Amino acid sequence: MIDQPILQTEDVSRRFGGLFAVRNVTFALAPRGLHAVIGPNGAGKSTFVNLLSGQVQPSAGRILLRGQDVSGLPAWRFPHLGVTRSFQRTNIFKSFSVHENVRLAAQATRVFGKDIFSTVRRTAHLNDVADRAIERVGLADQRETIAGILSHGAQRQLEIAMTLAVEPQIILLDEPLAGMGQDESERMAALMGGLAEDHAVLLIEHDMDFVFQVADRMTVLVEGKILATGTPEEIRRNAAVQAAYLGDNDVH
Amino acid sequence: MSSSHMLPQSWIGWCALAVGALVLAILPFYVPSYYVGLTTVAMIAAMLALSVHLLVGGAGMVSLCHGAFYGVGAYTVFFLSPEGSPQPTWLTLPAAMLVSGLCALVVGALSIRTKGFFFLMVTLAFGQMLFTVLHDTKLGGGTDGAYLAKPILSLFGYTFDPMSLPRSQRSFPAYYVALGQLVVTYLALAFLLRSLFGRVLHGIKLNEHRMEALGYNTGLYKLGAFTIAGVFAGAAGHMWSLQSGFVNPELLAWHKSAEALLMILLGGINSLAGAIIGAFAFTALGEVALSLTDRKLLVQGLVVLLAVIVLRHGIAGIRLRDPRRWLQSIRSSGKWPNLTVRKPVQEARQND
Amino acid sequence: MSAALLSQLLNGLQYGLLLFLIASGLTLVFGVLGIINLAHGSLFMIGAYIVFFVVSKVGSLWIAIPVAVICGLALGALLERFLFRHFYDREHLDQVLLTFALILIFEEVRSLLVGNDFHSVPVPAILDFSVPITGTFSYAAYRLFVIAMCLVVAAVLFYWIERTKMGAIIRAAAEKPEIVDILGIDARRIHLVVFAVGAALAVMAGGLAAPLTSVYPNMGSGLLIISFVVVVVGGLGSVSGAFWAALLIGLIDTLGKAYGSSLVSLPLGQVLAALASMSVYIVMVAILLFRPTGLFGRRA
Repeated sequence: MIDQPILQTEDVSRRFGGLFAVRNVTFALAPRGLHAVIGPNGAGKSTFVNLLSGQVQPSAGRILLRGQDVSGLPAWRFPHLGVTRSFQRTNIFKSFSVHENVRLAAQATRVFGKDIFSTVRRTAHLNDVADRAIERVGLADQRETIAGILSHGAQRQLEIAMTLAVEPQIILLDEPLAGMGQDESERMAALMGGLAEDHAVLLIEHDMDFVFQVADRMTVLVEGKILATGTPEEIRRNAAVQAAYLGDNDVH
Repeated sequence: MSSSHMLPQSWIGWCALAVGALVLAILPFYVPSYYVGLTTVAMIAAMLALSVHLLVGGAGMVSLCHGAFYGVGAYTVFFLSPEGSPQPTWLTLPAAMLVSGLCALVVGALSIRTKGFFFLMVTLAFGQMLFTVLHDTKLGGGTDGAYLAKPILSLFGYTFDPMSLPRSQRSFPAYYVALGQLVVTYLALAFLLRSLFGRVLHGIKLNEHRMEALGYNTGLYKLGAFTIAGVFAGAAGHMWSLQSGFVNPELLAWHKSAEALLMILLGGINSLAGAIIGAFAFTALGEVALSLTDRKLLVQGLVVLLAVIVLRHGIAGIRLRDPRRWLQSIRSSGKWPNLTVRKPVQEARQND
Repeated sequence: MSAALLSQLLNGLQYGLLLFLIASGLTLVFGVLGIINLAHGSLFMIGAYIVFFVVSKVGSLWIAIPVAVICGLALGALLERFLFRHFYDREHLDQVLLTFALILIFEEVRSLLVGNDFHSVPVPAILDFSVPITGTFSYAAYRLFVIAMCLVVAAVLFYWIERTKMGAIIRAAAEKPEIVDILGIDARRIHLVVFAVGAALAVMAGGLAAPLTSVYPNMGSGLLIISFVVVVVGGLGSVSGAFWAALLIGLIDTLGKAYGSSLVSLPLGQVLAALASMSVYIVMVAILLFRPTGLFGRRA
């Protein structure tokens, strides 16, 4: 990678009680491309995303965003710095329409001061941003649908649209494919491929076939530690990974 | 807007409200003056309930300090215009709103970080703190309270003296001021809930964690709502002093907050108008109870008990239900509502 | 140590121990059942009235207090079985309103049955004397008896919570409510017992306090708020936390009230007096800001 990494961790650890969820992880995310983090259940993948998006504070180590130390900042600051995320469990506002969900996401980093007291109708720019994000994930024809009655796959797409509405540079996706069918997965793969062209995308995923198909780089996390990082080809050939992970058929 | 179910959905809703306001506007000419006073009290209760609605219905924050801000509003008038030296309303009203708002800002800044049970307790403690100051010291007349000079109805140099009216109409000015203030409060809060700010509050009510992940500084929004609600509660307290000319520490007691919450629940927590309906229903309930028995609180308590158990969406929520569901619920009336898993309890604890 | 101060310290101790009886029930009920019970103060009032009633009929506090405790257990069990059980999964708001409605109902029923007068309950003759503590200072024997009784109850409660199997389940449930379901324990029985015991403790506190404070309407409402302060300061669901917090709050409140009024003569006296009367709440807010889970709270 020639590019300077946009997001880095330096020796980051996170303990819960006496247990390390993430231990001494040093990691770099390039400003473009899709970087997948894989690992068995309980490897600390979700905690790792939570650290990168500020939901969880590191117990030790630093997190650097464009070279600036952001460890310890409250979670709400991260979208303002260009980092957004999706959640493993679908986390949308089910009683709002698709458009409202995305507009709420767009509003977070754009409306301050007295504008906050203006009505929805007067905020054309928010609506445009929201519509663009909805279009990009392919939900345009369900713009006014109440989010709660969307199919599971569409809800996951909506979740991605909400992360896009912030117009971030870094997108963290925590198992976006969970519970998706074949068709939906393929559409999602295409979407992620597109996103990776102009964003840094960090993907956590269980589905190995999918990961090897879409990822530009991969990191294997086991018991909170990084086992290996490299291109999919390098990971496939890595003996330690094979021994610890890929050779194990129980993994899904 | 499809999801703005806090507000009238259609022109029918707004017409119903307009008709209600119109009925209130002509009411004093057709009823005995006792009911004029009673309706004024109900309107003041409605203002308090509206301001609490901004917190509970708007942002999902259950505060037990709100009654205290109402009391602070009334006591501000007492400190500004003690018995014998009345001050004009253009001075007392903004002062009451300012002082209550400042109190709410301080209390809010200290308690907003807590959630669920702790938020309840901290607000309860702060409310009790303000109550204790006026109850245990001689600053505001002590336990028994004190009379104050009702503020002079004066605006832009024009002064109105209720004493210039015939005796039977002397309660009219306070009534119409209250009506005006109620309308303004409703419109202001309706506007607020419909604005982007209101949408953020609604998002926080549904899922605060998600809002934070989207980039909202949720604490700041909640503090804003808490303070604005405090300002409106102070205005309601000011109206109380204008109506009654009397303050006592009970105005600040947590029971006041609980009563306001009752009104909201009674009227329906999902609509702003529910707060008004609930306040009128609660006042009327007390009045009916008094006419039947001298056990007013018993009747109120039993009705509230029933409401909490059965009427989960309040009076305003009744129409939202499909008639068939009514039949169903009557058929299955042997069963208690919603005896499902205990997940929300656990959730509440996690929030704590 | 001056006699006045010693007497205030003993008063604070006795008040704190009564607070513990109320707050321990409150903290258990919240910890295990997840219920905010604002009507807990009414149970205190009910206890005082039961004792007043029995003493006026039978003439003996030694019968009245056990009767009150049994009534408290029964009342608690009935409330849990027919009311609170259906509110575990409700929001805090519903619980607040339910228990607020109960306060209104309890007070009105009390007013219907015995009226709104103040009543005094005589101290039993056998305890109606003063115990000399120092050369110049003696202290009412009944107050010492209350202190002793509360300590005995606290010891029994601790034994029950810390040393018995059921206590272990209750502790586990207070820390991690799911555990009861996981272990396959009949949660409803645990809930019933905890609520009944909590109610009985509050009723007993009211009964013990009756000869001290006289019996009057709404007598539980002030104590309720202070008990909540104790629960928050001690940490939700922690009985030992409630114990130490109750003593702390009891002492602070007693001393604040006793010496607050004497501050009025100082410069800024009104302000100081006001601060003294709020001292308990200030302590609570300070603790919450610096230790959000309370002094002994284990649950984050």
